[in-house]
Amino acid sequence: MFKSNLNNAPLEGEVRVLSGCAVSAIIDRSGKTMTGENIIRSIATMHDRSNGLGGGFAGYGIYPDYKDYYAFHLFYNDFQSRKETEDFLNKHFEIVYSSEMKTRKIKSITNVPIIYRYFLYPLSKKLNNSLMDEEQYVVKCVNRINAEIDGAFVFSSGKNMGIFKGVGYPEDIGKFYLLDEEYRGYAWTAHGRYPTNTPGWWGGAHPFGLLDYSVVHNGEISSYDANRRYIEMFGYKCSLQTDTEVITYIIDYLIRVKKLTLQEIAKVISASFWSTIEEKSEEEKREETFLRKAFPSLLINGPFSIIFGFKGGIMALNDRLKLRSMVCAEKGDLAYISSEECGIRVIEPDLDKIFAPAGGQPVIYTLREDE
Amino acid sequence: MKRIYVNENCCLGCKLCEYECMFAGSGLDEMFKLKGKLDRYVPKIKVEGDDGVDVHFAVNCRHCTNAICVQSCIAGALSKSDDGMVVIDKNKCVGCFTCVLVCPFGAIMPDASGKAAQKCMLCTDNGRDMPTCVKYCPNGAIVFEERD
Amino acid sequence: MDTFIPNEYEVVRNAEYCIGCRVCERQCANSVHKFDNDLGKMIADSSKCVNCHRCVCLCHTHAIKIVKSDDVYRVNANWSMQTMNEVYRQANSGGVLLSSMGNPNDYPKYFDKILVNASQVTNPSIDPLREPMETCVYLGKKDAEIKRDNQGRLIDTLAPQLKLNMPIMFSAMSYGSISYNAHESLARAAEELGIFYNTGEGGLHKDFYKYGNNTIVQVASGRFGVHADYLAAAAAIEIKMGQGAKPGIGGHLPGIKISDDVSKTRMIPKGVDAISPAPHHDIYSIEDLRQLIYTLKEATDYRKPIIVKIAAVHNVAAIASGVARSGADIIAIDGFRGGTGAAPTRIRDNVGIPIELALARVDERLRQEGIRDSVSVVVAGSIHSSADVVKAIALGADACYIGTAALLALGCHLCRSCHTGKCNWGIATQRPDLVKRLNPDIGYKRLVNLITAWNHEIKEMMGGMGLNSIEALRGNRLMLRGVGLNDAELKVLGIRHAGEDM
Repeated sequence: MFKSNLNNAPLEGEVRVLSGCAVSAIIDRSGKTMTGENIIRSIATMHDRSNGLGGGFAGYGIYPDYKDYYAFHLFYNDFQSRKETEDFLNKHFEIVYSSEMKTRKIKSITNVPIIYRYFLYPLSKKLNNSLMDEEQYVVKCVNRINAEIDGAFVFSSGKNMGIFKGVGYPEDIGKFYLLDEEYRGYAWTAHGRYPTNTPGWWGGAHPFGLLDYSVVHNGEISSYDANRRYIEMFGYKCSLQTDTEVITYIIDYLIRVKKLTLQEIAKVISASFWSTIEEKSEEEKREETFLRKAFPSLLINGPFSIIFGFKGGIMALNDRLKLRSMVCAEKGDLAYISSEECGIRVIEPDLDKIFAPAGGQPVIYTLREDE
Repeated sequence: MKRIYVNENCCLGCKLCEYECMFAGSGLDEMFKLKGKLDRYVPKIKVEGDDGVDVHFAVNCRHCTNAICVQSCIAGALSKSDDGMVVIDKNKCVGCFTCVLVCPFGAIMPDASGKAAQKCMLCTDNGRDMPTCVKYCPNGAIVFEERD
Repeated sequence: MDTFIPNEYEVVRNAEYCIGCRVCERQCANSVHKFDNDLGKMIADSSKCVNCHRCVCLCHTHAIKIVKSDDVYRVNANWSMQTMNEVYRQANSGGVLLSSMGNPNDYPKYFDKILVNASQVTNPSIDPLREPMETCVYLGKKDAEIKRDNQGRLIDTLAPQLKLNMPIMFSAMSYGSISYNAHESLARAAEELGIFYNTGEGGLHKDFYKYGNNTIVQVASGRFGVHADYLAAAAAIEIKMGQGAKPGIGGHLPGIKISDDVSKTRMIPKGVDAISPAPHHDIYSIEDLRQLIYTLKEATDYRKPIIVKIAAVHNVAAIASGVARSGADIIAIDGFRGGTGAAPTRIRDNVGIPIELALARVDERLRQEGIRDSVSVVVAGSIHSSADVVKAIALGADACYIGTAALLALGCHLCRSCHTGKCNWGIATQRPDLVKRLNPDIGYKRLVNLITAWNHEIKEMMGGMGLNSIEALRGNRLMLRGVGLNDAELKVLGIRHAGEDM
């Protein structure tokens, strides 16, 4: 793993990392694309919610020319780890295009690792022999690189989307990756980090991604170990020991394996209180009681606000008591989510609608069907 | 009115009620001071059933609606209070013990002096907040409640 | 002639305080106290005293205390007085030593070496007086298939579940080993609390069928009192494979405790010792267990969860895994401190392992095998307080069974003489005059009080950890830290030492 470690304090994966944060997101539901400029301005406004130890973005629809290929973003410590990784990738994938990530020098961004990007798809023979479906295969390969190749870390692995993150204030990270110039996406999410106990490591910044899914999260979940120990039964390995990682795995498991809808997932991870369920209609009661009874260990407890990014949409969700701030807003086709209202107002002062979703109530914005 | 009732299924025959009753009537501040003075007091509640027998039943005044003791008192010492309790005024009692003879429950008895009758007045006469036999029954066999 | 064995405890009476009311004499089933007419005062025969404290509690002048006798043999760090007495007793009688209640010896209590976390700054604690705090749990298989109807709505495919308002149940104590009134108290308390009590292997008295919705019935190796109506009456059925107090052996209810009613309920002759065999004679292996589980499921139309209760023994994790794969809905694990109405002393005091370690290993093993949600785990065997419940759940339990604590609430003073059938508190006896001493109206209320109090405390501790739902505590081992535990113990428990970071 990366040894950009300043004072021998432990890195992500070595200890459990607690942090406070800011989150923000924009989506244009018409499918029109925008640069990363606005999302950078939004998260920059909440500068005080970060402490310069981590920032990151996820952009959706940013690689239209390569939309059928998995886009892997990797951090390398050194040439050796790159060589080792590329050998591995060549053995398992057909690499369509690869290059070093284009970045801009920013004074405050230091200790920069080597950053590479690959567009690739699984070798069909390898895939067939693995007896796994394509997504499982990709996830497995990503996990192997991250776990087994010292000094290499895949931090983005979806199609037509990409995660950009690092150590620094988020606005600096955004400029570092030239998000305001080089990329246009229909949806963006952003994260500014306030870790309370580590120096920050590039791989440990957020968003955390798995295939097309990305999660940014503000909070500290008290159910962490209950969630982790449960989800690890199903082949996930929570090596970073961060809340974001376990939340991503939970959502992935419920969507991909259990085939639940986003609304249903919200009822699992941010379940209504039994007393609230009791007051609902018979049908809702039946559904929510079933979900709580079937997935008790995936209830996420403690304060959180998360923005979940996926192909074609974003979802905002708070913990059941709403112990973290989060507001949503709309203006025409555009929809916004932010930890604080200022993060929205700064890019769109004149809104059609602004509201604070209740605890446990998911807000889902997706591309319009007819697009 | 609230009366004292006994559930014989729960009465253990331990007789704690008798001693608590004596203590309450004694005016002493500590129960152990009854030591050596038990012959000076007579309990107003009496546990029926001998030791070693299965069924026990603590008996005290029923505060009968048509109390025969009141009707038979020749000195006007026994009367019904406003709330229905049968009360005795010892100053008026002449010690004829007609009441003792007529009470179908054996709930009136001569006091330790042998010169006057005594009966349970639900601890209203000794400054307790509730009947002491009820409060201290270890098995909840004695209850103080309103029944139809 | 038998060697005289000095009494362990002495009855001390303060003559100044004793008024001679003789309540102690009337209340002692062991005839310790008596009024001596020659001396004109109360005297006591301490050699008969079992130290049940009935007389102490009922002496309203506080004239009695029981003290440990200071009579000693020549001091010997190797041969304790108790060990020597046991040798004398066996030399006198030629018999197996019998004991009751749980292992009293000085083994580690791991719960007391585990500390719980709380939130500070980065994460708010939650105030259970002002915010909802959920301690309701469902027991049963969770590995439901996700199925939808033709409108896309989710179908409830879950196996039958037991709903507990709080994660505590009363563990198996049979009618016979304990009294009618004790059973009534447990049943009524379970009903009022929205939890369950367990019949043990003694059948279900006809008067208690009405509490069926809060009753777990047991099917043990003796099959006492098992019939179709019995199974139908219950909310769940427990197959008793083992008991923490006596792993590897069966039960023994002395004939003296088999009264008319007990005999009818158990469907066995009156006054004859009821001996349940060590193994179930139709279960010699795991596949046989599976057959019994499915026999019971068939008999009850797959509507009731089947619990399999095992004693915590050395390879408990592998056994639990086998049980989970045999179709059990719930596994109950009983630790070596668990109680009993009668067990051979040597077995009780030397066989089995602590519940904390057994639980930690079982939970971890089931997770490693990916089958933790195919079964719920209930633990028993000396759950002393709400803190133990919290720690057990954080280690991975779904709920706890309490037996001894429930009996204490009913008055038991742990004199450990249940097997004599002369329980002065009306609990472990069938003698009508003694049974009467436990008034179920009082008993059930005291049980309700105890569990309600524990539930409040559980909520307080959860709130402190920033949790508002008990399911978020289950298996949440980061909330625990060990103190004074060695590496092997920490590894088995799967927790870090106090002072180590998150």
